[in-house]
Amino acid sequence: MTVEHAQRRTPKVAKTNSVFKKAVMAVSGIIMVLYLIAHVVGNLKAFSGAEAFNSYSGWIRTVGNPAVPGQTTLWIIRLVLLAAVVAHFWAAVSLWRQAKRARPQGYVTKKAVAQSYASRTMRWGGVIIAAFIIYHILDLTTGTVNAEGFDSTPYDRLVASFQNPFVTIFYAISVILLGMHLRHGIWSATQTLGQSNRRREKTVSLFAIGFATLLTLGFLLVPFSVLFGLID
Amino acid sequence: MTATDGAMRSSVGTPGAEKRGMNLTLRIWRQQGPSVKGKMVTYKVTDISPDMSFLEMLDVLNEQLILQGDDPVAFDHDCREGICGMCGVMINGQAHGPQQTTTCQLHMRSFADGDTIDVEPWRATAFPVIKDLAVDRRAFDRIIQAGGYISVPTGTAPEAHATPVPKKDSDAAFDAATCIGCGACVAACPNASSMLFTAAKVTHLGLVPQGQPERDDRVVNMVAQQDYEGFGGCTNIGECSASCPKGISMETISRLNHDLLGALRAGARPKS
Repeated sequence: MTVEHAQRRTPKVAKTNSVFKKAVMAVSGIIMVLYLIAHVVGNLKAFSGAEAFNSYSGWIRTVGNPAVPGQTTLWIIRLVLLAAVVAHFWAAVSLWRQAKRARPQGYVTKKAVAQSYASRTMRWGGVIIAAFIIYHILDLTTGTVNAEGFDSTPYDRLVASFQNPFVTIFYAISVILLGMHLRHGIWSATQTLGQSNRRREKTVSLFAIGFATLLTLGFLLVPFSVLFGLID
Repeated sequence: MTATDGAMRSSVGTPGAEKRGMNLTLRIWRQQGPSVKGKMVTYKVTDISPDMSFLEMLDVLNEQLILQGDDPVAFDHDCREGICGMCGVMINGQAHGPQQTTTCQLHMRSFADGDTIDVEPWRATAFPVIKDLAVDRRAFDRIIQAGGYISVPTGTAPEAHATPVPKKDSDAAFDAATCIGCGACVAACPNASSMLFTAAKVTHLGLVPQGQPERDDRVVNMVAQQDYEGFGGCTNIGECSASCPKGISMETISRLNHDLLGALRAGARPKS
């Protein structure tokens, strides 16, 4: 039987295969997760008072001195993170577009049987998290959108920012989205890097939930402590 | 007690006195051909036995349509025993409907009298609609041609003990080999990815000694072919495995990824 195909859009031979893109996504994700662990530990310094927090912040900028001059280490970390963000974003957009091409016409009725809220919100959740990170850097690193401005100490900026309930709520929503992103991300990265199997599946899933919850709670601790006056 | 018995006896005694079958409203995707726009069309079927399979119910509808002089609904089917993988439609938004089985093994008792049932074809660029509910799944054949085989001389069956296979491996290989290539994984996947299908084949052949010589080339070429056919990428959501009539596990996908990354590191590249 000869079948005449409707305008069938098949990409030219894929230069980069979809699994390779997923591996890029997984590895860049792991780099960012490692950074987040260091980040949440640093945040908790806020409970040791202004001086400890500010000197920690100063230390980050001078790590490795005098062996490496000035802010070299800091910039290396920033560049690695930026590369990870760009790679993660590239892989996500590329796979998103591939998925759109793979099903241009959707179902009239479609029921999900297995997908979690976390896995469903990976793409738009990721976009919201990216927007949050930009705001977060402008607020607390550069002070551009912070009430205290860029002349202030990091601790002052922290307190000024989170005393505003709207900032704290935006932060909380973003961090919870991040937690869900990680819950599916950790499981997905394990699969993508070929490290999952039937025996490990449950452990990986439980670890992903535990890790994501712990990290989210760690990040929520400081802003809410500021909002409720435990840190001022 | 006595009254009920009496009532039952009387109903058995006069068959057809009351309709015991189900009355259903079907909304079916009708599309004349591959390049024609399709739409959902509503039909009514009456007196459907709960013991009928979903395909038999469609047969009843088609007889009705033929008697009315209408075009019957085109749908794929072959063995009707759940082993050939030909039948497969989206029923109320689920691949093969509410039970984790093939459409031919789905029975009307899974529905209630008076239900409205939506029936659509698999939707994926790589599975173009031929007519109504029938889609062209030859993209799967081409993925198999890209590497889903072993190159060995055939002839007299070799002595079974000549090549020992660990029980654990043969069991896992056989689980993966139960894939019937129905396409439900693609249909259910939010990305229209064929990953579970390809992973089942890669796992099946990659776990047995006969599959080893071509293991690296197989995975690289099959993945390249599935990308080329226009399937989406896997995001490990798990809709595929939950919709698979054979329950192929997500573990196979991890194994494919493991094999692929290893093969790429070892320098295997897809043949163009």
